[in-house]
Amino acid sequence: MLLTLIVLNLPGHTKGRLKLGIGSLFLPLLGLAGSSQQLAGAALDSVVPRRELLRQNEALRQENQGLRFKVMEAAALERENARLRQLLGWQARQPHKIKLASVVLRDPSNWWRSVQIDLGSRDGICTNLPVLSPQGALVGRISSVGLARSQVLLLGDPNCHAAALVENESRDKGVIGASGPLDSGFVELSYLATNAKLKPGQLVKTSGLGGIFPKDILIGQIVDAQPIEYGFGTVARVKLAANLNALEEVWVIVQQ
Amino acid sequence: MTCLDTILILGAAFLALFWEASFGGLRVLLGAQIDFLPALMVCAGLRAGLPTIALLAAWGGLSLDSLSATPLGTSIMPLFIVGLAVYSSRELVLRDQTIAQVLLGLAAGAGVPLLTLLLLLTTGHKPLLGWGTLWQLAVTSAGGALFTPPCLVLFDWLHRSLTHGQAAETSFRSDREIRRGRG
Repeated sequence: MLLTLIVLNLPGHTKGRLKLGIGSLFLPLLGLAGSSQQLAGAALDSVVPRRELLRQNEALRQENQGLRFKVMEAAALERENARLRQLLGWQARQPHKIKLASVVLRDPSNWWRSVQIDLGSRDGICTNLPVLSPQGALVGRISSVGLARSQVLLLGDPNCHAAALVENESRDKGVIGASGPLDSGFVELSYLATNAKLKPGQLVKTSGLGGIFPKDILIGQIVDAQPIEYGFGTVARVKLAANLNALEEVWVIVQQ
Repeated sequence: MTCLDTILILGAAFLALFWEASFGGLRVLLGAQIDFLPALMVCAGLRAGLPTIALLAAWGGLSLDSLSATPLGTSIMPLFIVGLAVYSSRELVLRDQTIAQVLLGLAAGAGVPLLTLLLLLTTGHKPLLGWGTLWQLAVTSAGGALFTPPCLVLFDWLHRSLTHGQAAETSFRSDREIRRGRG
């Protein structure tokens, strides 16, 4: 009990360091698990028949050609966009600098939604950086950083909020908040106006307000909406675009 | 109970926590992650002394909090209270009966998360709460009930395998010795 009181009353940075120090005791097990996964993968790869490899190679070649064409199109659009921005006198948009990270551990307790990734301060990670799924949908933000690992608070955690807007005529704005303990695929969009024109299927993206998440990152889509008590506003349920239960790799936006 | 038993329990807690943090299959399937620490604490409470219970609470609690978003140190007290309750009532419990072990695991599986929740709310934190929490408590209690008897069997087996057995008392009594020969 004394230890609990002492640890709970430690200064924030000491507690953070102690937490990371104890957590690093699990690193050998992480390495062991990673190596055994690699070994199993290599063993599986060695037994794939040649015909299957040729089929996969052909499919990838075709996909590569399609992607090259899309890259050319995107580059042309980017040039056009930059030219138009220059004509209008708008500031040029800087592309995001992103880093790929692997999800190494999940929160073992049921009170929070967080994961740990294998990037830390030595990789240029700091707190509050946005984290995206491999498909580019919003996943959460960095909450604490160690030397080689960081903790990511996922959307739906009570401590992870995001300013969002609905892609409809009125561009309704709200705040993404916590979800229920069992609904990991859904979050609540609250603080919406009473006359918000919400329909199921409308896309929800980050609004850029708040300064943590950049604008126009996909969050999910509206499932349903209902007025809150006494009619002071509307609250909507949003189905997340990212599958938070199946996260294996994520992008961290290191520079906006 | 030897020093080796304490090391085994602490090692089991370390591995169990790593498993909980690495494999989320049960969480996807059941909506809650099963915690092995209450079951291990029941084992420690029934088999070990207070130092082992305190060590398991400190080691398990700190390790759990280091992998979680829970503030560091929060999980120590709930584990210790449950361990202490089992320890102080172990002379009254039929600890060899499976049903008693199941019931102890059930109570510990519900008690540890409830006490943790109470501590979190008392210290001003806002964990994920809702009607689903009742289901999560049911899952963690069932997990505690399910894993306590195998844990006890495993630690008994490890104890028998890794330590010397106690020498049985000899049936020889010097006053019953038949003396042969003269003198």
